[in-house]
Amino acid sequence: MTAAQFLRSDLRFIGGLVPEGSRVLDLGCGSGELLAYLRDERGCRVRGVELTPEGIAASIARGLSVVQDDLDRGLAGFPDGSFDVVILSQTLQIVRNPALVLREMLRVGSSGILSFPNFGNWRVRGYLAFRGRMPVSRSIPHSWYDTPNIHHTTIKDFRDFVQANGGVVVREMPLAPDISGAGIHAVRFAANLRAELAVAIVTSDRSAPDQPPNHTIA
Amino acid sequence: MGTPAGTSGSFSLPEGHTLLSGRRLETIEVAHETFGTLDAGGGNAILICHALSGDSHVASGPDASGQPRAGWWGDIVGPGRAVDTDRYFVVCANVLGGCSGTTGPGSTDPATGEPYALRFPLVTIEDMADVFATLLDALGIDRLLAVAGGSMGGMQALAFAQRYPKRCASVLAIATTWRLGAQAIAFNEVGRTAILGDPAFKGGDYYESGQPGHGLAIARMIGHITYLSDDSMREKFGRRLREREEHAFEFVSEFEVESYLAYQGRKFVERFDANTYLYMTKAMDYFDLSAGFPTLADAVADIDARFLVLSFSSDWLFPTYQSRELVDALQSAGAEVSFAEIESPYGHDAFLLEPVEQARFVAPFLASVCADELAKRAGEAA
Repeated sequence: MTAAQFLRSDLRFIGGLVPEGSRVLDLGCGSGELLAYLRDERGCRVRGVELTPEGIAASIARGLSVVQDDLDRGLAGFPDGSFDVVILSQTLQIVRNPALVLREMLRVGSSGILSFPNFGNWRVRGYLAFRGRMPVSRSIPHSWYDTPNIHHTTIKDFRDFVQANGGVVVREMPLAPDISGAGIHAVRFAANLRAELAVAIVTSDRSAPDQPPNHTIA
Repeated sequence: MGTPAGTSGSFSLPEGHTLLSGRRLETIEVAHETFGTLDAGGGNAILICHALSGDSHVASGPDASGQPRAGWWGDIVGPGRAVDTDRYFVVCANVLGGCSGTTGPGSTDPATGEPYALRFPLVTIEDMADVFATLLDALGIDRLLAVAGGSMGGMQALAFAQRYPKRCASVLAIATTWRLGAQAIAFNEVGRTAILGDPAFKGGDYYESGQPGHGLAIARMIGHITYLSDDSMREKFGRRLREREEHAFEFVSEFEVESYLAYQGRKFVERFDANTYLYMTKAMDYFDLSAGFPTLADAVADIDARFLVLSFSSDWLFPTYQSRELVDALQSAGAEVSFAEIESPYGHDAFLLEPVEQARFVAPFLASVCADELAKRAGEAA
């Protein structure tokens, strides 16, 4: 069994975006699945940050180097530009200060890969519009009063957020789960309406290539 | 597989030893114990460094006198424990300057035939590490799987890694610091002042007349206060009175916390040399891993080892922020470092009282370092 076979489908997708041999920092690395995959299958030099003792212990068992830290305090321990890629997977929506986290990602890494649930998805919109209730869905499975997701965003809002914090979205990948539920696929049009989650590659605007994002957003 | 009983022994440094201060000790005895079996390749050795008042008896079993005794880290080190002596070969030695078998101020100065007392040279944490390195040579251990320690033992582990960067695959620095802050130095100084001011101290030459027991007990009482926390004291003692219902209206020991401290002080005087207390606390105060380097990151840059750094949330003597400074510096230097702050109410003592919480990190860390080392050796052999 290889690390890849165990990997959550969105993590596998993110893993595929990381160039081989990169220096990678995963923020909120959980039990270290993605990092172990990147190290073993893509020859990356990897580090993790994780809040929970369970996640840290599980990561250590995989032979990873993971430090306990609260992302809301920034990444003071990491020097500028010490990573090629900084990953924040399904975590942006749970931090108290997303702007700080994004700016820190862009400081310590040449590029960032972020994934987040898309609050602009039609089911979410429909839930609020027609039921008059806070949305609960596959990608947003919590009730409003006990959700860890304190900062919901849509794909459109996310781009504004990145720009406002000195970054540029160089690639956006709106995604939806396969009907089987086993994997995920790219959403080709009306992405902000149809995607359940999105993965974005961002850089600081100093280092961004001079090209617009390659998707049309509904 | 059964674990062989621990062995204990004493090793003499063949050529004496020059200390960091430039002073020389012509004879040094090092009391040490080993647990488990050294692999043919010598690749499973772990050096564990003890804290201020510890000794070489890290795991439970018969000690140097042959009597069964609990090890000071017996819940962490032993057969089937996180530091599994069925698997690893554990070495623990009494530190230079100590009073549990290794040469220290209470040892006989061969030049005079009298105890050294304060004529014993000041020793540093680095000197302790150097002596361990010579001991490892004698035991036939080139490279350690890990060097580990808590509190002052963690300082020795860091110093060892810095001075012998190729001799350890990993470092476990637990409830420790890369240098003491003013608060910890202050407590050490209060302890030393209590000893130095005891009329029985006699300039350190008390070996005939008896320990400066009052001063040493006060030093230990202060020490114990700093090893606990507000929470653990409230839980352990509260305001409970001992063996009485009402206040005595006399200056006698009444509260449980008072009798606890008095007991700890008394017990310590029976087993620990006051001069050693002075030397150990001074060595801790002097220790600064960054000394001689522009930054702490520069100081650790040459250490090619994986690190596990653990701190405890209620430890105010070796506070988490100091562990974080070390972790940040290691990260800046590009080192492989894992870090966790363990939630515990037990203060600094947590490193002795929280075996399960530590084992959760220590066991997988050692297993993965061991796997890496085996792979590395196999690669070199191929």
